[in-house]
Amino acid sequence: MEKIPILRMGDLLLVTIQVDLYDRLAEALEADLVQMIKKTGAHGVLIDISAVSIIDSFMGRIIGNIATMSKVLDAETVVVGMQPAVAITLVELGLPLEGVLCALNVERGMDLLKTKIALKENGLATDPDGDIE
Amino acid sequence: MKNEGIKVLQRKKKNVLETWMKFQIADEGLREDLMSNEELRAQSMELLDSFIKILSDENIDNPKDEAFEPVVDILSAISISRAKQGFTPRETGIFVFSLKDALLDALQQELKDPQELFIQSLKISKIIDSFGIDTFETFIRGREEVILRQTDEITEISTPVIRVWDGILALPIIGTLDSSRTQVVMENLLQEIVESGSSIAILDISGVPAVDSLVAQHLIKTVSATRLMGAECIISGIRPEIAQTVVHLGIDLSGIITKATLASALKTAFLILQLQVVKRQINNQ
Repeated sequence: MEKIPILRMGDLLLVTIQVDLYDRLAEALEADLVQMIKKTGAHGVLIDISAVSIIDSFMGRIIGNIATMSKVLDAETVVVGMQPAVAITLVELGLPLEGVLCALNVERGMDLLKTKIALKENGLATDPDGDIE
Repeated sequence: MKNEGIKVLQRKKKNVLETWMKFQIADEGLREDLMSNEELRAQSMELLDSFIKILSDENIDNPKDEAFEPVVDILSAISISRAKQGFTPRETGIFVFSLKDALLDALQQELKDPQELFIQSLKISKIIDSFGIDTFETFIRGREEVILRQTDEITEISTPVIRVWDGILALPIIGTLDSSRTQVVMENLLQEIVESGSSIAILDISGVPAVDSLVAQHLIKTVSATRLMGAECIISGIRPEIAQTVVHLGIDLSGIITKATLASALKTAFLILQLQVVKRQINNQ
């Protein structure tokens, strides 16, 4: 079976989805990722979905779930590179992914993650809406 | 035996065309500003040629016969092009119905037997009437296409995405926000966010006449989609009346940054981007 690679970069995990997700693949990714966070003790996860052009409600929920699970495991998750059509689809499906941080591209996502992690390590409270203060 | 009327028309084709042209040119409604006489003549000739060539014993009694399709096609093309050029329905109608006059004129001159003349005239009348109906159908379709195109253009024009600053986009919405416009607004905005790499979008609704729960729903959708793209969305230009309706309708906008004016929205955007506008100090030396 195909597998989506999870790369480790310092205390961050990098997931780049290069193929269109199907249900089994998404479920496998969810399971792999939580295992990986546990194993590496990562503080941040960056999911790049710039190559995903088709999304449905199931996939939307899985992405939301992954973000929530990582948060439970004390790792911030940022979804980057969402295509406009995908964003519109998610909103129309009634899945605005509340509570998931999003960024335009990998670079911005990295910045956002680092800011979040720095804030946390300095003992400051993380603000819920993802603004860079 | 070939139908007398058809034979007459085939023989007198040239005369029919001349009479027809005469009728058309004599009409007060002739629009020489829209179409030259030569062009009109070419159109008339094409139509008449095709009509007389197709007219036969088998189809003269049946105006809906499939054999007339080429004629109807030519008529439709003429009708649509006229609708787009701005001819009135009356002018287009006269084009077809004056052909009937010309045809009947030719029959009258050639057929001596009154009963035969009556029968043939009736048949020709029926066919041309059917053509008339087809012409109007396509004429109206042509006008509708024009209207549809204009609607599209208005939708395109009325949703410009403006780059007000590096990384800040503004989108003034003028007019009512319905679902099809929300779609266009969203697509344009998200596309521009990707192209410009902006991280803040200001949605200015000072041009929206009224906000009901449906419009609010559309606004919330746009804001959510912008967030998914990794950009922050600010709604500005909220008039006091709109604030009242929003609260009365019980619409929850608490998750969205809302500002009264575009200026204060821009200020907030600067704050988020950690930019500062400073008045320059001029040193008196």
